[in-house]
Amino acid sequence: MTYLVRRLLEALLVFFGISLVIYAMTYVLPGDPVAALAGDRPLAPSVVRALREQHHLDDPLFVQYGHYLAGLFQGDLGTDFSGRPVADQMADRWPVTIKLALTAWVIEAVVGIGLGVLAALRRGTWTDRTVLAFTIGATSVPVFVLAYTAQMVLGVKFGLFPVAGTTEGWPAGYVLPALCVAAFGLASVSRLVRAEVIDNLRADYVRTAVAKGLTRRRVVGVHVLRNSLIPAVTFLAVDLGYLLGGTVIIEGVFNLPGIGQLLFQAVRGHAGPTVVGVSTALILIFLAASVLVDLLNSLLDPRIRHD
Amino acid sequence: MTDTLTAPADTSPDGAAPPVSSAGAGWRTLRRRPAFLLTGAGVLLLLLVAAAPGLFAGWFGHGDPTVCDLTHSARGPSAGHPFGYDVQGCDLYANVVHGARASLGVGFLATAASLAVALVLGCLAGMAGRIVDSVVARLTDVFLGFPFLLGAIVVLNTLPTRDIPTVAAVLALFGWPTMTRVVRASVRSVREADYVVMARSLGAGPWDIVRRHVLPNALTPALVLATITVGGVIVAEASLTFLGVGLQSPSISWGLQLAGAQNSFRTHPHLLVFPGLFLSFTVFVLITFGDTVRDALDPRGR
Amino acid sequence: MTTTTGGTPAEPQPLLEAEDLTVDLLSGTPGAPRSRRVVRGVSFTLHEGETLALIGESGSGKSLSAMALMGLLPATTAEVGGSVRHRGTDLLALHPDALRARRGKHIAMIFQDALSALNPTLTVGFQIAEVIRAHEQVGRREARARAVELMARVRIPDPARRYRDYPHQFSGGMRQRIMIASALALSPDVLIADEPTTALDVTVQAQIMELLAELRESTGSALLLITHDLGLAATAADRVAIMYAGHIVEQAPVEDLYDRPAHPYTEGLLAALPRLEGPPDDLTPIPGTPPAPGPLPPGCSFRPRCPAARDSCATRQPALLPAPPARLVACHYPLEASSAR
Repeated sequence: MTYLVRRLLEALLVFFGISLVIYAMTYVLPGDPVAALAGDRPLAPSVVRALREQHHLDDPLFVQYGHYLAGLFQGDLGTDFSGRPVADQMADRWPVTIKLALTAWVIEAVVGIGLGVLAALRRGTWTDRTVLAFTIGATSVPVFVLAYTAQMVLGVKFGLFPVAGTTEGWPAGYVLPALCVAAFGLASVSRLVRAEVIDNLRADYVRTAVAKGLTRRRVVGVHVLRNSLIPAVTFLAVDLGYLLGGTVIIEGVFNLPGIGQLLFQAVRGHAGPTVVGVSTALILIFLAASVLVDLLNSLLDPRIRHD
Repeated sequence: MTDTLTAPADTSPDGAAPPVSSAGAGWRTLRRRPAFLLTGAGVLLLLLVAAAPGLFAGWFGHGDPTVCDLTHSARGPSAGHPFGYDVQGCDLYANVVHGARASLGVGFLATAASLAVALVLGCLAGMAGRIVDSVVARLTDVFLGFPFLLGAIVVLNTLPTRDIPTVAAVLALFGWPTMTRVVRASVRSVREADYVVMARSLGAGPWDIVRRHVLPNALTPALVLATITVGGVIVAEASLTFLGVGLQSPSISWGLQLAGAQNSFRTHPHLLVFPGLFLSFTVFVLITFGDTVRDALDPRGR
Repeated sequence: MTTTTGGTPAEPQPLLEAEDLTVDLLSGTPGAPRSRRVVRGVSFTLHEGETLALIGESGSGKSLSAMALMGLLPATTAEVGGSVRHRGTDLLALHPDALRARRGKHIAMIFQDALSALNPTLTVGFQIAEVIRAHEQVGRREARARAVELMARVRIPDPARRYRDYPHQFSGGMRQRIMIASALALSPDVLIADEPTTALDVTVQAQIMELLAELRESTGSALLLITHDLGLAATAADRVAIMYAGHIVEQAPVEDLYDRPAHPYTEGLLAALPRLEGPPDDLTPIPGTPPAPGPLPPGCSFRPRCPAARDSCATRQPALLPAPPARLVACHYPLEASSAR
């Protein structure tokens, strides 16, 4: 339990740090914050006054930050230029992004771990080399290049998948984008798992397990996999946050009406407050995910718990 | 005393070599590896293209990426223009060749900056006592708390002008924590090593120890990580530029070219294929180069 | 190569009989494989209930021999030759499934470093219970009850509670007790202990060896004790086999060997042992170093370090031959029974 408390305190500290960085970046550092919020648009003096008022810009700095934090705790992610709260704009977009990220995550976990274990158990064979070539390929091609290529080849040319939009619903409309989102992480997972399994196969305790007369299936399944999956679980959980980042590009490219698309369009349209609001929400989710991962990890690896 | 043969997997007599000599041994094995020579040559070629794009850009046509003719907009490959033209009617081959500078520039600048910060902070955290250590550790935690892409979007979004140095600086802002952790870990393990304890007991000062023992040992893992990082940084730059928060128009960048292609690639696939191919090839070369270096220098990988 | 069988003719069928056991370590690439011989034809027998100590320096091949006869060397890194008969069945020729069925049940093994030999992420109780469940059709609950009972027998305090603890929560000695509990769980005929106490403090060492002796009395297991520690072997073993450079060079009942070593190497080992009586600096190291693995020059492999070597030692390799009453020795010029010690 002390571990849990310590981890939560750490997370709280990181949360304050992150919010401070974001706050400093958007409201304090670069010249006139209102101008920065406005981006390229010219603003009427009344709007400027309203914005200064709304963001408490005439108060002392730490009071401003306090207001910002208090808002954040109430789920206030700021408002866009037209006065709509960013959180409201996000509300009905969540299902799309969650479906996309989770689909990608499951693909990443299942295929990544599967390929990694397969490559490790067939080390040095053509299976291993094929998996290696595939993972290097998947790491080298940037996700938006991959997305366009996949759209062009699998969508337009062969008509295997719908090219864009969610009219097809889940899963048909989501498989191709999810594959693109997952590609990079999938490659990382499989390389990580491969290395871990190979390492663990040589471990002393595996030799003990063999000496006990356990079947190979049990030796690999209980002893090798359990220990090999600990780093993979860490990676996968942290990667859930990165997947949310990946959905920004993919939802933009595939025109899926999720949070990522909102951010994509906000960036393109120079809608500063929306960019900051959406990013902050995603970053906080990432933080929550990484706390969860550590707790999950402490369940898998007793050495952490009793540290 | 233990029986050295009890570990059946360890069939090499030098398997238990101390980490200090493994770097030297690693370089020696590296130089004999075809994968290293091949990818190393690839990296050199990329650097040459980035440093002197003029050498390569003029191979087929006029080679000037800024000489454009809108009547040629998005035309396919033709004589003198093997990659065709972009939407603005500029020679795509010349543009793609000139794009290497932005990608590699950002990649190497950001990585070098991260590495420099990591070496300083990592050594400081590892050597200078608990308080400094925990301050650095919490700072690392905060910046690791940002998903790379999202953090960069937030910061870049506030910058009015974005050229190679600024984009590199923002990427370094989110790149240093991982490297700092690696440096700190190796500094700490060296600090506890018997030979350092002995050096200290013989009266070596902290600066002597850092210079003679800590840095040489911390440098190898940090350099290995840096080599692997460059490819990832280039992908990040291209993605951010593609999104619209990276490099801006007067710069010539693969990310910009791909962003420009997104509305017309279905009818003019060459706009997507050539910059995409160059970008992917560059990342591929850097990643495999990093991998071969790591395999040779990281004792765990051997 | 030695091709002698050990054992006394009076015993019709030994419990475990290794004959001309060889191990080649493989290295290099699939295209250019390299192999180095490290165990060069080892033969010995182990009878019901007895303790045979296999003694040697690092790299003498003693641990590899033990792992080879358990079938624990991965085929990708080592090639094992010869035969190992357990109650007349050649283990090395067995189908992998049949060999697996004997491992843990009839032949069990204790490893040197219990911290790395136990899985850090599983409870110690699970790791004891799993050997029972691997060989017998018992339910989870019964396996658990038997594991707790075994933990009590190796004198782990409060076993029912500690069942759920993990290896890192135990001291070195307690961890080794866990290893012993899982090895003796099914009362195997043969127990192989590879440096079982090397990683422990001297006082804990003695407790562990005592516990081992006591438990073997009830299970009747024979013990193959792999060690570099002549002192440990002297107190625990009935017979001792000395290994050098992948061969057994001498084998004898424990008193005979310690009182009257016949092989110059054995004598050298004993002379290098510190003793309480006599002047404190009376330790005589053996000059030189053991040969590297791989091909050996012709003749006796101990010749370069042997004080009694003669010309013929360089050309002919000595076979392991009986030296009555109960000794085997591989030396052209064995020491007389009236030797130094």
